[in-house]
Amino acid sequence: MSQIPGDLRYTKSHEWLRSLPDGGVEIGISDHAQSALGDLVFVEVPEAGRILSAGDACAVVESVKAASDVYSPVGGEVLAGNDLLKTQPELVNQDPYGQGWIMRLRPTGDAGGANLLDATAYAAEVAAAG
Amino acid sequence: MLDHIGVEGIDQLFDEIPKELRVDSLPGVPAGMSEMEVARMATARGASDGRPLNFIGAGAYEHHIPAPVWALTTRGEIYSSYTPYQAEASQGTLQIMYEFQSMIAGLTAMEISNASLYDGASALAEACLMAVRANRRSKSTRILVPCTVNPTWRRVAGVITEGQGLVLEELPYCTEHGTTVPEALARYTGEDITALVIQQPNFFGQLEDVDALSRWARANGALIIAAVNPVALALLVPPGEWGDVGADIACGEAQPFGVPLSSGGPYVGFMATRSEHVRQMPGRIVGRTVDLEGKPGFTLTLQAREQHIRRGKATSNICTNQGLLMTAATIHLALLGPVGLERVASACVARTRELVTALCAVPGVRAAFAGPRFHEAVLLLERPVAPVLEALAAEGIIGGHDLARDYPELGPALLVCATETRTSADIAAYAGTLARLLGRAAAA
Repeated sequence: MSQIPGDLRYTKSHEWLRSLPDGGVEIGISDHAQSALGDLVFVEVPEAGRILSAGDACAVVESVKAASDVYSPVGGEVLAGNDLLKTQPELVNQDPYGQGWIMRLRPTGDAGGANLLDATAYAAEVAAAG
Repeated sequence: MLDHIGVEGIDQLFDEIPKELRVDSLPGVPAGMSEMEVARMATARGASDGRPLNFIGAGAYEHHIPAPVWALTTRGEIYSSYTPYQAEASQGTLQIMYEFQSMIAGLTAMEISNASLYDGASALAEACLMAVRANRRSKSTRILVPCTVNPTWRRVAGVITEGQGLVLEELPYCTEHGTTVPEALARYTGEDITALVIQQPNFFGQLEDVDALSRWARANGALIIAAVNPVALALLVPPGEWGDVGADIACGEAQPFGVPLSSGGPYVGFMATRSEHVRQMPGRIVGRTVDLEGKPGFTLTLQAREQHIRRGKATSNICTNQGLLMTAATIHLALLGPVGLERVASACVARTRELVTALCAVPGVRAAFAGPRFHEAVLLLERPVAPVLEALAAEGIIGGHDLARDYPELGPALLVCATETRTSADIAAYAGTLARLLGRAAAA
């Protein structure tokens, strides 16, 4: 059973979002997502300054067999990409909610993201997808 | 079989395709022919080409192809029209691709090569698309393409890239040297330019100041796309060493290696890049590795962004392509070796020099541009080129490429080429015939 921390919010496309004290948000992919992808060999993270709309493809996670887009759960300006992933993509597999974060964003407008799921709803989503 | 799969008729298999996208006739496409009829037609058409003495280059070059090249390429073990998928590829096929990549990487002095592309023109288009993906600082998708780049390649690149919003902007050339003037770039300094294309030698056969152009690109945040003739790389500074840090992408046409002219194709493209851009490079890449027992082996690698996996989001829609011609090119290069290739390239330079000298001795003919060149040159005539070429063709000589369509500003201009396959007698025959034809025309 994959981990789904209760203090984060999630998307149906398996990203997680953490609100930071300074008003920014941190974004990554869920434990379920990293497990489904398998060992990552490359992560393309967005560069600081890029402006994203909610739902934009913002990063690419590449395993031996597939490359998948990561979608930004909310709109905003990229504050930082996790450059550590350029040399250590396995951090996403090992610590998806910690060192494996993908980018930090300063949200524009409402960061609440009406379409975001809480942990319980996301767990139900994952379970339903089987 | 229709019964077995449970459909009523063959039309039902096409139900998925919307009716408005289907055609019920193909105007201009003749009815099917038997093998015997096709063979007869192809033989007749082949014979109608004759065996002319050829002085045309303009992107496709006649070189001597040693007999082993096609004797080996057509052996059953490796005879395949395309680059197979992993599950279909033998270790031998993979090794040939790996050797091809190693040779291209060596010739271009770049870190990584792919296992070939369709041809030089589409390789340039792919390089432009790749530059947009790789240059993440640039938002403009503007690519500077000098007018000295092969006009056919420019047209192909324009068609392939325009649907993706790329803007290819032309750069003028210096009428004295037939090369791109670095000053032409000055008006773009400080602007957001995604990439600069540099062809070496350029379409006129002239040598560009690749270092100055590369330094401008680097200083202005533009990637450098090198379009190169791989034969010339035996003599010239390779793209990996242009400017201070080298080009970002090198591409071109590998037809000069073992591939006959064949009235224009099929040919085989190549592309090489730096390690940092490898994930943006289209096409197949073969890697060398070890198996579970530690034995060396070859495998397709970095495939995750190809279309059979990433579908519509693939880096390119290129997949299987010129396996057969890539094999011929690899065998040809292996036979030549570095010293042999250098001798071919040097002979091309010497023959072209001899050709230009001989033709410029004909009254009414002069060289258009000064400065160093490889194996082509632009000549200026005093009368329209097309009728002259027609008269030469009637005497079995293909006299060159008429530049009237693409470079009308040059006036009557003719692009000529001599590779190692042209002898002094061939050149004398061309010069003698041209003198006679022009003399007769002048007298008339």
